Amino acid sequence: MDRRLWWFLGIGLALALVIAGGLSGFASSDPDGLERVSIDQGFAETARDHPLADSPLAGYAVDGVEQDRWSTGLAGAIGVAVTLAVSTALFYGIRRHGRARRGRGET
Amino acid sequence: MHIPDGFINLPTSAGFGAAAAGGVWYCMRQAARLLDDRRLPLAGLVAAFVFAAQMVNFPVVAGTSGHVIGGVLAAVLAGPWLGALALTVVLVVQGVFFADGGLTALGLNVVNMALAGTLGGYLLYRGFVALLPRTRLATMAAAGVAAGLSVLLAAFGFVVEYAIGGEGGVGVGAVAAAMGGVHALIGIGEGLVTALVVGAVLRTRPDLVMAAPLVEVPSRG
Repeated sequence: MDRRLWWFLGIGLALALVIAGGLSGFASSDPDGLERVSIDQGFAETARDHPLADSPLAGYAVDGVEQDRWSTGLAGAIGVAVTLAVSTALFYGIRRHGRARRGRGET
Repeated sequence: MHIPDGFINLPTSAGFGAAAAGGVWYCMRQAARLLDDRRLPLAGLVAAFVFAAQMVNFPVVAGTSGHVIGGVLAAVLAGPWLGALALTVVLVVQGVFFADGGLTALGLNVVNMALAGTLGGYLLYRGFVALLPRTRLATMAAAGVAAGLSVLLAAFGFVVEYAIGGEGGVGVGAVAAAMGGVHALIGIGEGLVTALVVGAVLRTRPDLVMAAPLVEVPSRG
């Protein structure tokens, strides 16, 4: 694969890490669009607690990291890595499955 | 925040879960023959970038924020099928690892953002591209406007789901008006971010913008 593509991917990934790891710490913590609507219209209380609300990364904060910006940033960087890994694994799986199917003469 | 568990009743959530599974399966079938050595890592990067972008809530009106969805951005960069799959992965990761978006609500969120927002927004993009000149600026504008409208498509998806199985007994008209108003504003942010990122990629590696094959590229010699 050409080297310039790897440069592009590397810079893109670095940007994603800067956004999720750094810029995210300055994000607005006000309710977002859907949350605002649910509060104003009066159905916010129908939300149930997330079953994984006690997991170590819940709410984009890392358990045990006290300082908010560090906690959010670290959670964001982990999220970027996990998303990259899961999606790349999925795409490899799809490609392999597709090739196997074509190999068997299916459409 | 994505739809949490509880806003929409279980039968409706299950129905949309099945619809989401069918839609994602179809995207996987379509994507299988597209995944060459360039598209595969690019689509992974697009998913990671969308995850990052969704973390940055920006203020829209006093006391309310919004964040980009990134569906049209993903579809323009990676093509619609891989774009929709990238959004699906983002939503699964957010729901499972970050407790953002309910688990029974996952299908609802996938239908709204990964399918309606991404594929619907992509169709709008293709429509705009067909009408506009084949320039970088026009492609950026097409992507930006389609992305802005895709936020309304996703918001409308929630309104439909709330109409079918919403809890709390709020009138659908009121929910529709409130969702439309705030998401029109969020859509402006979505459009700007999408246009800027598409523009930046078109400037550096136009050959990597999978869904803009018609843009005339100055030769690099």
